[in-house]
Amino acid sequence: MLFGYHWDLTSNWTFALSILPILLHGMLVTIEATLLGFFIAAVLGLVFAVLRGSPTRLISYPVAFIVEFFRDTPLLVQLYFLYFVLPNYGILLPAFMTGAVALGIQYSAYTSEVYRAGIEAVSRGQTEASRALNLSRADTFTRIILPQAVPRIIPALGNYLISIMKDVPVLSVVTVLEMLNVAKIIGDRTFQYLIPLTMVGGLYLLLTLFASFLVRALDTRLPKRGIPLK
Amino acid sequence: MSDDTLVHFDKVTKRFGDFEVLKNLDFKVKRGEKVTIIGPSGSGKSTVLRVLMTLEPINEGVVYLDGDPLWHEKRGHELVPASEAHLRQMRKKLGMVFQQFNLFPHMTVMRNLTEAPVRVLGLSRKEAQERARELLDMVGLSDQADKFPPQLSGGQQQRVGIARALAMRPQVMLFDEPTSALDPELVGDVLKVIHRLAEEHDLTMLLVTHEMDFARRISDRVCFFDQGAIREEGPPDQIFTEPKNQRTQEFLHAVLHPEA
Amino acid sequence: MLDMLPTLLGGAWVTVELTFWSTLIGALCSFAFGIGRLSGNPVVKSVSVAYIEVFRGTSLLVQMFWIFFALPLMGVSLSPMTAGIAALSLNIGAYGAEVVRGAIQAVPKSQYEASRALNFTSWQALWYVALPQALPEMLPPFGNLAVQNLKDTALVSLITLSDLAFRAESLRNLTQKSTEIYGMTLLIYFALALVLTAVMKVLEKRIGRWKAGGGR
Repeated sequence: MLFGYHWDLTSNWTFALSILPILLHGMLVTIEATLLGFFIAAVLGLVFAVLRGSPTRLISYPVAFIVEFFRDTPLLVQLYFLYFVLPNYGILLPAFMTGAVALGIQYSAYTSEVYRAGIEAVSRGQTEASRALNLSRADTFTRIILPQAVPRIIPALGNYLISIMKDVPVLSVVTVLEMLNVAKIIGDRTFQYLIPLTMVGGLYLLLTLFASFLVRALDTRLPKRGIPLK
Repeated sequence: MSDDTLVHFDKVTKRFGDFEVLKNLDFKVKRGEKVTIIGPSGSGKSTVLRVLMTLEPINEGVVYLDGDPLWHEKRGHELVPASEAHLRQMRKKLGMVFQQFNLFPHMTVMRNLTEAPVRVLGLSRKEAQERARELLDMVGLSDQADKFPPQLSGGQQQRVGIARALAMRPQVMLFDEPTSALDPELVGDVLKVIHRLAEEHDLTMLLVTHEMDFARRISDRVCFFDQGAIREEGPPDQIFTEPKNQRTQEFLHAVLHPEA
Repeated sequence: MLDMLPTLLGGAWVTVELTFWSTLIGALCSFAFGIGRLSGNPVVKSVSVAYIEVFRGTSLLVQMFWIFFALPLMGVSLSPMTAGIAALSLNIGAYGAEVVRGAIQAVPKSQYEASRALNFTSWQALWYVALPQALPEMLPPFGNLAVQNLKDTALVSLITLSDLAFRAESLRNLTQKSTEIYGMTLLIYFALALVLTAVMKVLEKRIGRWKAGGGR
């Protein structure tokens, strides 16, 4: 029994059917962790991107190093670090929150790159033309650069949302009851790993296909030449 | 079909979507003949060469090359669409020079000239290199053998392109606007090479070009192409001095007197 | 603190081995299925598409657990090392296959036309003309995937393989010095990633030589 649902081992089909609600319960946790982790990554990444673009090297260099460090070390070890080290310094977070923060930190390295690349992809000529028209730096950024950069940034962020979703099972090591952990527990108790694990694989396929479909739909709807300003 | 006909388009139609690039085209080239195709852009003149090189399939009609159907195979008395094996057999007789050169950027000039003879014709590397050196000498690039194409000027690249096609010893050479992508001062060297080829070899040549003077000098016959068909054809002197078709007159007037 | 270093470095060596083999086998999968996806043969093509979609569409840890826990129930028992390398290679290979496909498709159509005019077979055109040009384009994304793979190896600790992450976790259980242990572990992973990146950069320079000669 898990989450109040019993499994029925009469046959493979009844077993699969009986554990489906439990797995869906885990899927909900997976989706929650994905969204929270993505939110943290999107905000933190933006902060990093801005700081990295700072003209002061005393800021931009250390930030570049931190981003590189976050990108080059495994999520699992980052998660262990947060989970076991932070409490030593009086910071006590629930496992779920710790997991979401770890996801957010790992992926902030990627999202900061998305912001930077999106902004840099807007041609130099646009900045030079703005300067020639004597637009202020703030106006140049908000009226010229950003409207052209956003349509490039959003689909790339969407792809990282999908990546985050696929990394959520790592959170199982700190007892978060996401989909894979739930399936593993069912397996441990029934010695039937094949069915729950295969079902998790199937559910993941559905989730990622659906999410990629959304990202692609969003991508085709975004104005390619930038958000029109009238 | 008379024996000296090498290329024969028999009522050939080629469509891109709804657009008919070649409309029921009848067109013949004799062995050893040098034919130039002129005409406005979008008239389908390059498509003739691309169909012949088997880069574009046709929708209707039959193309014959040296008496054999190009895009078809005979099965009993019927013509069925050609297999890749048949197409490869036919391609042996053809060579093509592209507007954008299409050299292999990751191979040296020497390698560009020897790769196909070695891989396709089965020549030894040494034989292929000897042949390549002769050809490089002919196009005036003996000293460039070890360079990579991006290190050469456009005119030099195109001369390599010509040598590369000749290395396969084709019977028919197709030139698809060989000088259109070149800076004006580089056109001369390429034309000189083509001119020599035309004079010294019994190659059959099909040339699509906008260089009218050049067309007049080297061609046995000039075809004016418009809207997917040949509107007028004849010896160069007749086409260029007294064209009969009104479209030909307009076209030549526009091209030869652009300032008017 | 320093007395823990040998234990961690021993684990790091396992991590290096895992990374090496799974990147190598993953690269083979990338080429096989990336080219397979472009094949004209419908069977080869659909097998390749299915492989790529399944391994990109599901989570690596799910794949690893499936191979380690579920596969034995179908009569295929793999050692943790084999299961780990299999999961990592198949996973990274699916991402790599998309890189290979993209790079091959990015070779201009005119190059294939020139190959055809010189009467190359389609295999010859792929092998002698397209792949040599596509390879330099593949290397930067391959470098990223290799680093991704290095990080992913940490997950094998969850199927009882004694790699760097596994030993860090055991040491923490033993000594409770979590800050030092995880700090050192992160730094070792970081150093490995920097070395791997440097190696890939050298490869990039070597293989893209004809591009460096560009311009006049």
